[in-house]
Amino acid sequence: MSWVGKSLRRKEDDRLVRGNGLFADDEQIEGMLHLYILRSPYAHARIRGIDTAAAESLAGVACVLTGADIKEQCDPYMQLGPEPCDKIIDLPLATDKVVFQGEPVAAVAAETAALAMDAGQLIEVDYEMLDAVVDPEQALEDKIVLHEAAGTNRVWHSVFEYGDVDKAFEDAAHVVKIERMHFHRFASTPVENNACVAEWTRQGDVDFLCNNSFIGFAVQLLAPGLRLPMEKIRARTYDIGGSFGVKIWNYVYMALAALASRKCDGRKVKWSETRTEHLLASGHGNERTFLDTEVALDKDGVITGIRSRHIDDCGAYTRYEPLGCVIWAQVLPATYGVRNFRIDFTQTVTNKCPVVPNRGYSRMQHLWFMERVVDICAHELGIPADEMRLKNYVREFPYETPNGCVYDSGDYPMMLEKAKELIGWDEWKKKQAEARKEGRWLGIGIGTTLDSGTNNFGQAQIMNPYLPFSGNSEVCVIRLDFDGSVIVTLGTGPSGQGHETATSQVVADELNIDPAMVTVRTGFDSAWNTFSGHSGTYASQFAVTGLSAVHGACQKLKVEMRQLASFMLEADEDDLEFGVGDEGPQLAVKGTDKAINYWFMSNVVNNNNALLGGNLADVTLNVRHVYRPPFEAPDTEKKFGNLTLTYAAQLHIAVIEIDKNTCRPNILAYAAVDDCGSVINPQIAAGQVHGATAHGIGAALLETFNYDETGNLLTATFSDYCPITSMNIPDIQYGHIESPSPFSYNGAKGMGEGGGAPLHTISAAIQDALHSEGIIVNESHHSAPKVFERVNAPNREKVVSVESR
Amino acid sequence: MSERIGITVTVNGTRYEREVEPRLLLVQLIREELRLTGTHIGCDTSYCGACTILLDGEPVKSCTMLAVQADGGEVLTVEGLEKDGKLHPLQEAFSEHHGLQCGYCTPGMLMSAYYLLEQNPDPSNAEIRKGIQGNLCRCTGYKNIFAAISDAAAKMQTGS
Ligand code: FES
Ligand code: FES
Repeated sequence: MSWVGKSLRRKEDDRLVRGNGLFADDEQIEGMLHLYILRSPYAHARIRGIDTAAAESLAGVACVLTGADIKEQCDPYMQLGPEPCDKIIDLPLATDKVVFQGEPVAAVAAETAALAMDAGQLIEVDYEMLDAVVDPEQALEDKIVLHEAAGTNRVWHSVFEYGDVDKAFEDAAHVVKIERMHFHRFASTPVENNACVAEWTRQGDVDFLCNNSFIGFAVQLLAPGLRLPMEKIRARTYDIGGSFGVKIWNYVYMALAALASRKCDGRKVKWSETRTEHLLASGHGNERTFLDTEVALDKDGVITGIRSRHIDDCGAYTRYEPLGCVIWAQVLPATYGVRNFRIDFTQTVTNKCPVVPNRGYSRMQHLWFMERVVDICAHELGIPADEMRLKNYVREFPYETPNGCVYDSGDYPMMLEKAKELIGWDEWKKKQAEARKEGRWLGIGIGTTLDSGTNNFGQAQIMNPYLPFSGNSEVCVIRLDFDGSVIVTLGTGPSGQGHETATSQVVADELNIDPAMVTVRTGFDSAWNTFSGHSGTYASQFAVTGLSAVHGACQKLKVEMRQLASFMLEADEDDLEFGVGDEGPQLAVKGTDKAINYWFMSNVVNNNNALLGGNLADVTLNVRHVYRPPFEAPDTEKKFGNLTLTYAAQLHIAVIEIDKNTCRPNILAYAAVDDCGSVINPQIAAGQVHGATAHGIGAALLETFNYDETGNLLTATFSDYCPITSMNIPDIQYGHIESPSPFSYNGAKGMGEGGGAPLHTISAAIQDALHSEGIIVNESHHSAPKVFERVNAPNREKVVSVESR
Repeated sequence: MSERIGITVTVNGTRYEREVEPRLLLVQLIREELRLTGTHIGCDTSYCGACTILLDGEPVKSCTMLAVQADGGEVLTVEGLEKDGKLHPLQEAFSEHHGLQCGYCTPGMLMSAYYLLEQNPDPSNAEIRKGIQGNLCRCTGYKNIFAAISDAAAKMQTGS
């Protein structure tokens, strides 16, 4: 009987469908204060003065924080990047200058949230408005510099070169040039906003109940920021209402709640972000511009080389960036066998909300670029979209990419076949031919993408050689409890991915028990000591790092159980077998009725240890395992090395018709095929695919952060940003294949991010619909107004050229 | 802001009397005063529906109504769906079909679905979509939510 591979109903659901989850904002403590954060209405301004007198004298206000407090009590947060990033002063409140709309300038703690907001309105900030720069190319001109100490907006630049790219162009039969492409700014906007309750005790300990999703890392940044040793900070999560990476750096604001608590003699302080604050200032996805792209192809349409210049816009602070400047290289050639590359990569700051590692982080942008390249070349050379993919797909695995990454396994042609079957490819091709005769704009698009999981943090050293990060790890502690059940703690701090359930399935199999006998503690607690510096839920890795930690812990526990049983039963360890007897799960001496059950084992160690007579001092039945994938540090000079352990893939096909009157793209059919290796819980895996697909469709058709030229965000409420609803989501035909990973113990691959497949797919379908109109799809956003603009100003002449020899 | 108004509301069958600020939102009354934190908040423009409850049998986004407007009313929240220790068929179906991931949208989603099935015990797929159009889910892509509602409808009709 195996629990792994089954759609076991989720353990988490029991509390969640009853409304009994505990989300950070649900925490209610008698006497707790509420924090309001006053934010800058301007994208770029100098702070000449702040008058807090009226706010402070309002009855019910406990304290007000301004930049002055922060300067006294905090050190700037570490920025991961090298020079000039290390010159950027990043504090929980702006001190002298604001650099994006929504940046915090003051905070008020009061008896109620409404009072805190009232008081916030009474704070007078004297701003001197400065010109803002929102366009990344203009920002690189440095006419307006955000961080004066850094002296430039250009925070990172390097060239990634592999193979012999110039030779590929000399030998090419066709060269396709694409002048410009642009991947827009959006974010996954979890329904739960950022929130925390903080307490700075009189003993100088700080406790957070929060919803940070990469907490092993967050505490390493928070502690020095607050000038505390790490052990003084206890950070906990319980239920998290979605993160998708966005909640990775809410630590910046968590600090404010802690500082307010400190100023109010240790009273607990709750901070709950509003949706508008979230959209303005919690974190956006990376925006990227691709310039002067040149593609070399042989006479058959096989791509042999790519040269291009990429500019990533990370918003106002670097923080986790410029990590995105190297993360994309995990998927350098996408699913294609291209060997020669030169990518000139620059990142700039602009007066916009800082970016966060949002679902599909940095690889999605690059995969979209590669998919556009392949798709535009196909259309320009008159090669059918499916054939073009088949000519170029990687087919042999494991496959080493030009930059040393190893694609573990896969079968892209089979996925294409399967997706075609699901959508009814041949039928749609016929319908398309008819529609075209009638002058209708109907397109069929293919998007192939990768979801690289379990990253090697060593790649951070490509970005900054001095960073003390490499490899990856995750932690699990497992204990045989007094009643013979099993208690598991994880370092992952999930936000809806069902870790309690999947973990129970693995433990149940390993220890021969029912999943009901496994309790996986909800959330994260640094006091459990079940975490490493990599612990968290991000970068598609739980099925590999999380479950490998669980599996490893089970093996260690079993070793101890064997030692104990061997002693108690006076039998050789080799003669013992795990099984289930009359008194539950047990270890028995093969072929006899001599056995010891789990309860008694725990009893002997915990309550009845005179039976051991001083033996087996090392046996605790409470073991900790740290899983470390077998990574080596990459060659930072050559930018070469294996950056990720597993590569899940997705292949989507969309059929889209654009309404000629309204220019609205309507999805007529949609298929999504997924390959994430061996599956632990099929229902959970499929759910991740559905969710990632919805995010991608939403981003492609509806969602965008639009700024005006002064850095004013025009889509700062849900009603303007319009996240995808039940009315906009098409029926998704879901299919899957399984190419087990040879690199994970269970054959699984991380798969939660999804690689932005719908963005590639919808862009390709719109390209297919509008190519005959002289249009090159070189942007990732396709709202009706965007399509309207495009059809009224065909760009093909300007954007693309083809030289054939 | 010291003026307070006395109100009486019945929530999940229990009668509560409270003195509240006129500006207190119904969702704040439910979450903060009555400590029923199953009803969530996800936005500030009546978009997300995380706060959906039934007031006198009608679905209401409780962030869009003042507590004083609910005076004398009967409120049903997610905590009131379970009867005699038995989950409502919708709650069962959401779990069975994996219609929730993080579970943050779920209470509001369940209340909208509950109302939909009361009005229309056998909704079509299009009617299900419409029934929850005011409820945002960021995790599931809706597919399994549609399946859960349709399955719950079928089970409620056959009484199984
Ligand atoms: S909280 Fe979003 S609609 Fe009420
Ligand atoms: S389950 Fe997370 S928002 Fe719906």
